[in-house]
Amino acid sequence: MTVFIIRRLMQSSLVLLLMSLLVFFGVFAIGDPIEIFIAPDADQAERARAIAALGLDKPIWEQYVMFVANAVAGDLGRSFVFNIPSIELILQRMPATLELAIVAVALSVVLGVPLGMYAGYKPDGAVAKTIMAGSIFGFSLPSFWVGLMLILIFAVELGWLPSTGRGEVGTFLGIQSSIFTFNGLKHLLLPALNLALFNISLVIRLTRAGMRENLPMDYVKFARAKGLSKRRVILVHVLKNILIPIVTVVGLEIGSVIAFAVVTETIFAWPGMGKLIIDSINNLDRPVIVAYLMIVVLMFIVINLVVDILYSILDPRVRLGDMGK
Amino acid sequence: MAGAIQASEGTAKVETPFRRFVADFTESKLALGGLIVFAIVFVAAMLCAFISPQNPYDLRQLDIMDGKMPPGSVSSDGLKFWLGSDSQGRDMVSAILYGLRTSFLVAVTSGFIAAAVGTTVGLIAAYYGGKIDTFLMRTVDIKLSFPAILIALILLALLGQGTGKIILALVIIQWAYYARTVRASALVERRKEYVEAAHCLALPKSRILFRHILPNCLPPLIVVATIQIANSIALEATLSFLGVGLPITEPSLGLLIANGFEYILSGVYWISFFPGIALLVTIVSINLVGDQLRDVLNPRLQK
Repeated sequence: MTVFIIRRLMQSSLVLLLMSLLVFFGVFAIGDPIEIFIAPDADQAERARAIAALGLDKPIWEQYVMFVANAVAGDLGRSFVFNIPSIELILQRMPATLELAIVAVALSVVLGVPLGMYAGYKPDGAVAKTIMAGSIFGFSLPSFWVGLMLILIFAVELGWLPSTGRGEVGTFLGIQSSIFTFNGLKHLLLPALNLALFNISLVIRLTRAGMRENLPMDYVKFARAKGLSKRRVILVHVLKNILIPIVTVVGLEIGSVIAFAVVTETIFAWPGMGKLIIDSINNLDRPVIVAYLMIVVLMFIVINLVVDILYSILDPRVRLGDMGK
Repeated sequence: MAGAIQASEGTAKVETPFRRFVADFTESKLALGGLIVFAIVFVAAMLCAFISPQNPYDLRQLDIMDGKMPPGSVSSDGLKFWLGSDSQGRDMVSAILYGLRTSFLVAVTSGFIAAAVGTTVGLIAAYYGGKIDTFLMRTVDIKLSFPAILIALILLALLGQGTGKIILALVIIQWAYYARTVRASALVERRKEYVEAAHCLALPKSRILFRHILPNCLPPLIVVATIQIANSIALEATLSFLGVGLPITEPSLGLLIANGFEYILSGVYWISFFPGIALLVTIVSINLVGDQLRDVLNPRLQK
């Protein structure tokens, strides 16, 4: 186990190193770092100071060392637009994105598992067929377009829900979130549903496949023969077995959901870091772009590492297979 | 099943693998419908310069006074806007066809390059094995642990916009899927006797790889390619919608939908709605074909 974790840690550091090189060369070799890190309206003295601070007069490998040292120290330049350190700006926006992502993942399980179980329990019924057809659309529909249509239907035509912003933010146990106010929840519902759509379809398909695989098994027959009610067999015995693959896949999808929040946040003007990156790309606010890329890549490496380690704890075959190589 | 038996018994035709494939494929009416719809959309998009009522990207043919006309209205020079017009006075039907052509060109070009790169990597990994295999497959694993949209954002934020750049981004996103698929089937193939026979004939390695092993790895590759093309179309539209994909001078469904987004709150729905439907029809039809291909080409399900 320790060997496995050490090996994975080494791999993660390698990826981080590669990503920092990629971002560094993207910024320093392809682009012009003076243009990227120094605001266009800076005067001569400011420019000279910034060039010295970034070490742009030094050889390229020394510049890389300084870039990494600055990044580790949390200094990746100040945003041109907001004039605060870009890392601070991104960390300010992160809670809104995480909130959206967590609610979306929760929605996909809460809606996906029951629908999938029903579709697997009565696979030939009209309801099951409708659910499965719906899941095909969930996979195929471009999510940004679904977001627009949700706004068109629920905000423009029906006027039930607001279409932009995060709404009121409440505080509970020291955590600030829109979940804690009614107004905030109303703002959260459409973006979260939009973001969850793909994963709802995924969970439906996984759950249905799990049901169809588990129902004919001996333990189900045995539990029924023992006199347990159908309800108990399905909701307790079968559900437990279905949940293993679902938990794994949903865990792996958290990262994707955070990445895809870029799209949802842009549509619903949700003030998270995804909207920030798109605004920054459009405003050419390059220090923020660089900081976003570094932070998100770091976040992904950590998520992947944690999921891999958890997976190897849950399923010993993974780590034993890796050791055998 | 039934179709295949009919084809071999009912007529005097010999059952070739291709005929059997066609019979199996057409067994699902849904997939056949998908294929027909896809063919119509594809041909219409490719011929957009000849069949669309106007060239929506030729500014001389546009009149800003015709902007935002609802579906079914008639423009100042007598052109009927079946699906309405956008804010610049473009006919939506024409704009959608031109946009679809761009989507197909980007998706197919990037798909071909990614398939070529991925297949080569996969074949090399499977054939040489050992350290080369471990290294290549680790790279694939790492690449696949990052979601496609994140990779695209990183590349496009660093490189800037452009058709060539989005194709490059899509290639970098897709190659790993092809590599993994080809490696998996090539690993099975290389242990078979015909490869041993080819070795005994002292054929060059490249010939064994590309002329003997590769053709036998094609079925799963075709399935992956189908699904990847649908994904690329969706991703390209998403990136263009976000304003980081195609430049605004290129006809694109994503940009069209983004333009319509500005007017959606005032009830002008058709600028965003119809391009989205076009995307949906295209992607669903490709996915239906892909699903059936997977079932037909999967050796485990072969009857």
